[in-house]
Amino acid sequence: MITTDILIIGAGPTGLFTIFEAGLLKLKCHLIDALPQPGGQCSEIYPKKPIYDIPAYPEILAGDLTHKLIEQTKQFEPGFTLGERAETIDKQEDGTFIVTTNKGTKHHAKIVAIAGGLGSFEPRKPVIPNILDFEDKGVEYIIKEPEFYRNKRVVISGGGDSALDWAVFLSNVASEVTLIHRRNEFRGALDSVEKVQELKDLGKIRMITPAEVKGIIGTDKVTGVSVEKKGEDAFVVDTDHFIPLFGLSPKLGPIANWGLEIEKNAIKVNNALDYQTNIPGIYAIGDVNTYPGKLKLILCGFHEATLMCQSAYKRIFPDKKYVMKYTTVGGVEGFDGTKKEAPKAVVKAIQ
Amino acid sequence: MQDINIKITDRNGETHEVVAPTDMAMNLMEVVRSYELAEEGTIGVCGGMAMCASCQCYVTSETELPEMSDDEDAMLAEAFNVEDNSRLGCQIQMTPAMEGLEVILAPES
Repeated sequence: MITTDILIIGAGPTGLFTIFEAGLLKLKCHLIDALPQPGGQCSEIYPKKPIYDIPAYPEILAGDLTHKLIEQTKQFEPGFTLGERAETIDKQEDGTFIVTTNKGTKHHAKIVAIAGGLGSFEPRKPVIPNILDFEDKGVEYIIKEPEFYRNKRVVISGGGDSALDWAVFLSNVASEVTLIHRRNEFRGALDSVEKVQELKDLGKIRMITPAEVKGIIGTDKVTGVSVEKKGEDAFVVDTDHFIPLFGLSPKLGPIANWGLEIEKNAIKVNNALDYQTNIPGIYAIGDVNTYPGKLKLILCGFHEATLMCQSAYKRIFPDKKYVMKYTTVGGVEGFDGTKKEAPKAVVKAIQ
Repeated sequence: MQDINIKITDRNGETHEVVAPTDMAMNLMEVVRSYELAEEGTIGVCGGMAMCASCQCYVTSETELPEMSDDEDAMLAEAFNVEDNSRLGCQIQMTPAMEGLEVILAPES
């Protein structure tokens, strides 16, 4: 069991900055994220996109912002459960919470802060009538272990980098690789496109374009896929695995079943006070929450995180009086024993 | 600058005649959001960066549209329910040239 003061669900910019604000209050944080690395959308979807409305940064790349946020929080030694999705929450008699992930990892926390942004990123599933029946029975949306496909027949569909790269990789593992794409053109990195072309010419990758998988064939597991190619009758490609790779899309996911008040795919909070949800002890900050006048901006998430931490402190230590201090005055005392403070020369005594 | 008149058919099949300003640097996705023609969280998910296809629409008028960027083209290559007249609403800026534009919002995917 992982124990912490504040359990943050979501390791995007808002979640990461919460570590810092909580750290100033001597509160320990642990973060859960479905993605394998921290940074949320910024690192997963648009790391190379510039952001122009972060205070003091006329321009900063989303990926660089993530790196700087992580750097800023290191002294507070946060814990991370990455690549796992927060699945269930159980409120304990003492008002604390136990959150369990889809892989069974349990976290015990005094406070839960949902900073899930747009939700957890899940594979985008093509519209094929019976696809759900074959999940984990030959249909996989993510390749976790390439060796699983050794000497098997594989059909990959999609036209982006992921489809191209895995087609190239599996061409040396699987007995047969078929790549199906709706267009004749592929939009991946030039290297990947050229490599696929080369492997196609060598007969190591079979390409079917412009075509789409419209059905899955099999009884208790996949034995083939039905393909429609423009200008031709539908035909079947025999295969052991069908791997649709169409990127990721955000879903609120299991959080939607936690008894929280949801409005327009977002969690309602009390913004006049502290960004707490309808369940005392559970807060929602950043893009995942909603309230009158809500703006989904990173800098608003930072503000919400700051106020939320103050409220969390009062909830954890109801009898303690906390006086807010500026970091320019009080410095920053890390959990790792480090202390940053203004140089003495700056703090000049009056003679 | 002038306002323009466009027609947007929502995901329930209802057509809305809306007036869009051309002096606020809005794109079609933002117009749909401002008129609440699609449920919040189901359109413009990526914020308008041509990275999610949640604002995909079918252009049914003869309006001359801005050329498709590589980003838009790449996203539509991976999106579902794509037709020959598919575009991303976030990539269509509201300019006087868009007067009379008619679109149908693609199904949510």
